[in-house]
Amino acid sequence: MSADYLDGNALAGPFAEIFAADVTVAVGRCASCGLTGPVAGLRVYAQAPGLVARCPGCEEVVLRLVRGPDAAWLDLRGTISLRIPLPGAGA
Amino acid sequence: MGIISRGFQGRRRGDDERLPPGQYLTEDFPVLSAGPTPRVPLDRWEFTIDTEGGQVHRWNWQELRALPSETPTVDIHCVTTWSKLDTRWQGVSLDVLFEDVETAAEYALVHSYGGYTTNLPLEDLLDGKAWIAYRYDGEELEPRHGGPARLLVPHLYFWKSAKWVRGIRLLNEDWPGFWETAGYHDYGDPWREQRYEGD
Ligand SMILES: [Zn+2]
Repeated sequence: MSADYLDGNALAGPFAEIFAADVTVAVGRCASCGLTGPVAGLRVYAQAPGLVARCPGCEEVVLRLVRGPDAAWLDLRGTISLRIPLPGAGA
Repeated sequence: MGIISRGFQGRRRGDDERLPPGQYLTEDFPVLSAGPTPRVPLDRWEFTIDTEGGQVHRWNWQELRALPSETPTVDIHCVTTWSKLDTRWQGVSLDVLFEDVETAAEYALVHSYGGYTTNLPLEDLLDGKAWIAYRYDGEELEPRHGGPARLLVPHLYFWKSAKWVRGIRLLNEDWPGFWETAGYHDYGDPWREQRYEGD
């Protein structure tokens, strides 16, 4: 049976609408088990009313994204932090 | 005005009136899932109702299956805009499960194996409006459709009909569930098109 989830690169398009930076290359820490890894490595369940990204280690929800007609809802409570690589801020 | 012929549309007469706004008709049964499918061995399965006063009512699989069941045929409406008419289920009415439950609570938080939750007013579970369903279309309910047992509350969008249901917590205050905390409507009436928060 094929996997019923996609990899985290499936988040690239939906996040590009919200953030200027590419969030799939950000490194996050799972609030449930502490596993650290890039957002692209999450398991994304997309056959749902929203996108549900789960930790590859413990399967807990790391982030959720719902796109409504005139707003998006982003839930990051399953993430301790995201380290988002950015170009140097001058100096 | 005379009788207007609707012509042949490949659909049964009257289907349009049964379709809430913004929905389309589907013949198959799409599988929606926010996570891996939990596998619950029947000898360890249980269903509980926890009251606001701390009482716990508990049924194992044999006890649930021994209760009188009903065979509702209902239309279901998913918030992702598909609707399916005349789906045939078998299960236990929540009225049966609530027979000996003493409560003054107004709200229910339904929880599932796998961690899913959804909230609704308790009155929407009673008076013949909701079931714990364990058979679909003449077969045992498949895990991908929520088996061994799921909540069936067809008058609300189908995300309220929690798959892999494990229990109901009765609460004095409304406690939003999985999708209700991520932008979806707290109540979810398809006929009022209550999809998102604020609809
Ligand atoms: Zn984890």
